[in-house]
Amino acid sequence: MDGYIIGTIIKAILVLAIISALAGFGTYLERKVLAFMQRRLGPMHVGPYGLLQLAADGIKLFTKEDFIPSGANRLIFMIAPIITAATAFIALAAVPLLPEFELFGVTVRPIVADLNIGILFVLGMMAAGLYGPLLAGMAQKNKWGLLGAARTAIQFLSYEVVTGLSILAPIMIVGSLSLIDFNNYQSEGIGSWLIWQQPVAFILFLIAGYAETNRTPFDLLEHEAEIVAGYATEYSGMRWGMFFIGEYANMITIGFLASIVFLGGFNSWGFIPGGLAIILKVSFFFFLMLWVRASWPHIRPDQLMWLCWKVLMPLAVINVTLTGLWMMV
Amino acid sequence: MSLEEFKNRNVGEQNYRLVDVGQTPQTGMEKFEQVVKRAVKLELFTGLKVTFREMFKALFGGQMHTTKYPFEKLPIAPRYRAIHEMKRLLESGHYRCIGCGLCEKICIANCIRMDTRYDENQRKEVSEYTINFGRCIFCGYCAEVCPELAIVHGGRYETASEQRASYSTFEDMLTPLDQLAQQSEFPGFGAVSDDADKKIKKTPLAY
Repeated sequence: MDGYIIGTIIKAILVLAIISALAGFGTYLERKVLAFMQRRLGPMHVGPYGLLQLAADGIKLFTKEDFIPSGANRLIFMIAPIITAATAFIALAAVPLLPEFELFGVTVRPIVADLNIGILFVLGMMAAGLYGPLLAGMAQKNKWGLLGAARTAIQFLSYEVVTGLSILAPIMIVGSLSLIDFNNYQSEGIGSWLIWQQPVAFILFLIAGYAETNRTPFDLLEHEAEIVAGYATEYSGMRWGMFFIGEYANMITIGFLASIVFLGGFNSWGFIPGGLAIILKVSFFFFLMLWVRASWPHIRPDQLMWLCWKVLMPLAVINVTLTGLWMMV
Repeated sequence: MSLEEFKNRNVGEQNYRLVDVGQTPQTGMEKFEQVVKRAVKLELFTGLKVTFREMFKALFGGQMHTTKYPFEKLPIAPRYRAIHEMKRLLESGHYRCIGCGLCEKICIANCIRMDTRYDENQRKEVSEYTINFGRCIFCGYCAEVCPELAIVHGGRYETASEQRASYSTFEDMLTPLDQLAQQSEFPGFGAVSDDADKKIKKTPLAY
């Protein structure tokens, strides 16, 4: 029992350290990929190929003044970024990151907590992440922040529906909420991947995932052309950095969810071992987010609502109904 | 990048054409049809294709557009009017300036000061010559008025200085003797045009 507790603590610390480092590295990747797609070089001068830009940004963020505007609600203003970062990392607790492996004769399961309601926990935690931007926007006494908070509420709450309904169909097929069961269900090669049975659910989940992680084309929360920086307008330094890390951790979580639920998870894929396979899949989803950001324009808030309630939600309901009928027959 | 490429760097293939976007949908049904049509034709993926193609061209086709400015510079047009240069005669290496003082006279910013004296051959030599680049407005009158094409505008456009008054002396701007071979005939501001010979007309006296 002691071993279990210590192991869990070590795993939690490792996940926190690695994913936050990856989230930081994600900002570098994003700048590089966007630059290449616009035929620029991106960061080049700090370190080889700008690799140390990450360290330079970290130093800048940590040494910047922690500024709290005079009219703001100090307590809520200060804890709001922590909510975003914390919920993003807590959501990762129930996600199996890699296949089991042996280390010093001990079988390590790279999942912090194998919950039997894993996917519900992840989605619920990401939904709780809504409070970060919402409280931040409302606490800072800034009209752009308030607009950003309002957009957070409508966007996150609306797209929660689509996420839940789209993932309901795979859950019905697998018959479990544990992400490990999802992985084991798809262990017989590419043909058993759930994306072939549920292509509509996959697309809906991906679209909703972009809205949940506040990525282009749905990044209305901090749409700089309309509302300055949205909920993050008054933030600077490490508090702003925590929003950023939370957003990137959420991107990684969505990548893991999409890979595990629809693309066969960490089962070995031909000659590629399982650990590498899931890293490749998550990297692809991360790259896809950057690619989409470089390619597509933002949409308007009314189009966002139209898309959610008039297109995606009905499609998701139809998909769930058809899946249910197909399972009964 | 050569000057010719530089001038043509943003010139496309020139086969622009209007994209036929069709009628703007009016009724709800028409809007719905448009959405379905666009979704089925996967028009969004065209955008993804374009950005990926550009990335591929930039990374592997050598079409990166970035100029790392302080380390590499784009060529500048010969008629650009930046920091002055004093030219030398190609044959003798003596400076071209004859000390006529026209540049000092014509300078509307009053930034040129020169002093001359006769040397042992009774030829005028420049004893003092300064340009105050804090005052110079780079109008190009000095280069235009110079009868010998001795003072011309070069391409050094980084003119920031720590003080408002920043002087350059004659020797600063003069082509160094060891670089005389690289000094080319100046094609820019104040120089005669390529077709100057054709533009010469007979004076009426010849009739």
